[in-house]
Amino acid sequence: MAGGREIRNKIKSVQNTKKITKAMEMVAASKMRKAQDRMRGARPYAEKIRRLAANLSQANITDYKHPFLVATDKVSRVGLIVVTTDKGLCGGLNTNILRISLNALRDFERKGVTDIRVTCIGTKGFGFMQRMGAKVVSHATQLGDTPHLEKLIGPVKVMLDAFQAGELDAVYLAYSRFINTMKQEPMMEQLLPLSGERLGAASDHHWDYMYEPDAQVVVDDLLVRYVEALVYQAVAENMASEQSARMVAMKSASDNAGNVIKELTLVYNKTRQAAITKELSEIVSGAAAV
Amino acid sequence: MAMTVHVDIVSAEEQIFSGLAEFVVLPGESGELGILPGHTPLLTRIRPGAVRVKPQNEAQEELVFVAGGLLEVQPSLVTVLADTAIRGKDLDEAKAMEAKKKAEEALTNKSASIDYAKAQAELAEAIAQLAAIQKLRKRGH
Repeated sequence: MAGGREIRNKIKSVQNTKKITKAMEMVAASKMRKAQDRMRGARPYAEKIRRLAANLSQANITDYKHPFLVATDKVSRVGLIVVTTDKGLCGGLNTNILRISLNALRDFERKGVTDIRVTCIGTKGFGFMQRMGAKVVSHATQLGDTPHLEKLIGPVKVMLDAFQAGELDAVYLAYSRFINTMKQEPMMEQLLPLSGERLGAASDHHWDYMYEPDAQVVVDDLLVRYVEALVYQAVAENMASEQSARMVAMKSASDNAGNVIKELTLVYNKTRQAAITKELSEIVSGAAAV
Repeated sequence: MAMTVHVDIVSAEEQIFSGLAEFVVLPGESGELGILPGHTPLLTRIRPGAVRVKPQNEAQEELVFVAGGLLEVQPSLVTVLADTAIRGKDLDEAKAMEAKKKAEEALTNKSASIDYAKAQAELAEAIAQLAAIQKLRKRGH
């Protein structure tokens, strides 16, 4: 049986671990609220730009069709934007995303997709994709606690440019969708070409806008911003998911540490008692012998 | 009562202004725009600058600075989709180039085919760890 001192050291070390996980839990809890607020803050923009894009896809613009809206029948080259977290210790969040991304990539390959390009947002996904040898064309890491659109523009533009130049037939987006604090779901959706379904129904009224300087420029700008808004929304949701997942993971870690401490304390007390009993019986038998 | 139009100013990160207004002034791409209720539908880009909104029943004008963006006008609705960053074709291009360069630098391992077996193993390991943790946790209760 382990000596009393060793058990005491072990208890001490588990107690220290518990302190850390507890602190991380509380930090995550406070960040979670802000992250959720930010996620909600991004919604009005996303909703407005979606409605505008839907209106535009209905409006009878001079025979100009933006490449983002044109679907190709045969998909042989795809792009994938994977949104993960920068830091670990958040349960199975990243693992789940990477798993569905990997499955999707393998599916693509089976269906005869020859060229797969990946854009990684978040260190975890970037590291993973690099290790497995995917063709990472751009990445954004170290985003911090607040998602900034500015950091996403470049990496996303690499994908959009490739799509616009006809180098890619479809672009997908994988991220953790925030459902509630306890539940986050890995999601994979098609980003480009924009489907009418995704845009939703436009208002019944057909707006014939006046465009300034001209329709093409405005539509180009709008659709690029729409796609960026979708990616931004995904990143914001991912961050809310990250903090929630971390809070839950750290809470269960603290609980586990509590259990371990309880068990170890029991063992420690038993050992102590056994030692005392042994000593006592030694003294008693010693006295009897004298 | 004066005629009003509903004005929304939103950026990708937050809602900046929402409410009824009597008059809005914006820096349009081809000059300053003043929008009154009942304006004809218009879609345009706006330049970086100040957006002035005169809210209903308030003497004080609201002043919002935007870094460019898009403006949508319907007779009873004005929506400003503000950018959070200064945009420009060259600027965006530079950002994309930078991102590309960074990725290329990071891509020391240039094997074209994806090593599924390795990735699978890595994921399986992580999943197994999670499962083990869950099992441990269940046992603890």
